[in-house]
Amino acid sequence: MLQLALVVVVLSVLIFGWLRLLPGGPVSALLGDRGTAESRAELTDALGLNDPIFVQYFAFLGRAITGDFGTSTGVSPGKPAMELFLERFPATIELSIAAILIALIGAIPLGYLAARRRGGWLDNAGVVGSMIGISIPIFFLAFLLKYILSIKLGWLPTGGRQSADIEATRVTGFFVLDGLLTREWDAAWDALEHLLLPALALASIPFAVIFRITRASVLDVMDEDYVRTARSKGLTRRIIRDRHILRNAMLPVVTTVGLQTGALLSGAVLTETVFSWQGVGQALAIGFERKDYPVLQVVIIAAAMAYVLVNLLVDLSYAVIDPRIRTAQKVS
Amino acid sequence: MGMALLEVRDLSVVFRRRGEEPTIAVDNISFDVEPGQTVGLVGESGCGKSVTSLAIMGLLPSRGAEVSGSVTFEGEQLLGLSQRQLDERRGRDLGMVFQDPLSSLNPVVPIGLQITEVLERHRRMSRKEAKVEGEHLLNRVGIPDPNRRLDEYPHQLSGGMRQRALIAIALACRPRLLIADEPTTALDVTIQAQILSLLSELVSGTDTALIMITHDLGVVAGLCDEVNVMYGGRIVERAQRHALFAEPRHPYTHGLLASIPRLDAPRGEKLVPIRGSVVDNIAWSRGCAFAPRCPNQLEQCWSDPPELVEDRGGMLRCHNPVEVAPLAAEGTR
Repeated sequence: MLQLALVVVVLSVLIFGWLRLLPGGPVSALLGDRGTAESRAELTDALGLNDPIFVQYFAFLGRAITGDFGTSTGVSPGKPAMELFLERFPATIELSIAAILIALIGAIPLGYLAARRRGGWLDNAGVVGSMIGISIPIFFLAFLLKYILSIKLGWLPTGGRQSADIEATRVTGFFVLDGLLTREWDAAWDALEHLLLPALALASIPFAVIFRITRASVLDVMDEDYVRTARSKGLTRRIIRDRHILRNAMLPVVTTVGLQTGALLSGAVLTETVFSWQGVGQALAIGFERKDYPVLQVVIIAAAMAYVLVNLLVDLSYAVIDPRIRTAQKVS
Repeated sequence: MGMALLEVRDLSVVFRRRGEEPTIAVDNISFDVEPGQTVGLVGESGCGKSVTSLAIMGLLPSRGAEVSGSVTFEGEQLLGLSQRQLDERRGRDLGMVFQDPLSSLNPVVPIGLQITEVLERHRRMSRKEAKVEGEHLLNRVGIPDPNRRLDEYPHQLSGGMRQRALIAIALACRPRLLIADEPTTALDVTIQAQILSLLSELVSGTDTALIMITHDLGVVAGLCDEVNVMYGGRIVERAQRHALFAEPRHPYTHGLLASIPRLDAPRGEKLVPIRGSVVDNIAWSRGCAFAPRCPNQLEQCWSDPPELVEDRGGMLRCHNPVEVAPLAAEGTR
């Protein structure tokens, strides 16, 4: 928790400083080319920019703590940045969860099988494929998927989160979940169709990384003495796999999953832009383009918090899986 | 002699790696183990004793290790069995205790489960029954407060406790044969003695046979009925324990005994180490593998590999055995 507070404070200083250093400053950013000398001076004063810089920082911090990050100027002019963020956040969460689920469900079993059949066709294909998955630019993959599956073949929608002709009831802001909760099956199915391609594109890097870590980790663990002990006990293959190999092999995988989940936002910026996905990643991209600083501030700080929180969860789950860490924490 | 519990005949293990000369780790060895008997496999590291035990258990990697010959257990040929068929035997009729108790126990699974999983598998016990039996087993191997220990993890136990837990696992289903591969090497000297007396206590008076694999003749002295001394993948001498200590015939066995420090030796007497190391071996196909290190070597030893022949009630593979050996190391430990 201390970690979280520290990260947020440091980040707020950085963002604030960065804002001050931008050529033209916030006044030019707000007024654009239309500003006259008079209106500029007026706005500078109104924004408190003549105050000493630390006074300005604490004023910003004070407002930010109450959830007031200012008003959006570019993405959705006139809307409070916080409100805009909260509206878009579920979309990004939905996309990220879908992507990480695809990665986990696909990559862990594949990584295990590749390790068990080391040097086989699956292993070789997996190692090469994951190298491609890691190195292919995510926006290129997104365009490729969209071009082939949506535009050429017409199997899946090209963008957005829901078809225009579907009237769905909103409950949580997670469209697929909403459809299931309200039993609007057509809406759920439609949302799922919209979700599939962006989630696949976003999953490519975590999929490849988790595959490689799982494979390497399983290979390591298979050579361990305790796996030999397990075999000397004549245990069934399933128990050796689940209890003795996978439970140990998952330790490094969990760490990786945490880091990858945190890193999803950078991928989401590209994926959401390509697929017109109304999430915070898209807001970030538009915000940069239109110099919408309030929106940028709230999104960046929230992203940092999400990153820290996810890794906190990882640390906690690590302690659940690995008893050696549990004891160490008890002692300290 | 009736049918032995375990009959090893012409067992060979060859390791093949791509781009390397094949290594013959075990070279045509044969020995028997009778029910209730304790048999020692003794030799320096690299002599093939551990590989022999892994071959018997079917635990060698399927790729890279070529096993030939025959291993008959209770009349059943083990070498041809699939892993699945072997799994019916391993843990139930054949148990194994390994060298390093810390790395041989799963670090993320409680000790209790690592015992009860064998009971559930082979003795068809329910989780509850297995837990009661697990507690009983831990108690039998001398672990105090067994009920609490069941929920603990390997890192919470001391080295000696871990080895006791491994022994409890190996003996959980009352196997007919227990293989202990250097079970005391990783432990403190005081703990070593405890573990050895525990092992002998657990197998004596039962018909569980024990194969004791060790480089330590002191272990053999206290435990084994019959001893096989291995060198370079072959058995070079086999004798009853008393005969081996009273009258070591092979210069290698003699050398091993002479290099053990003894309390009853005259003061100032120097230890006599065996010259050279295992890397000085020559191939058995050329001559005696021990010839380069042997004080008794003859010209013949370098060109004519000796056969394993009967000798004074045991077996011996040597052209020029040691004649008089006034050593009596037995009982020093």
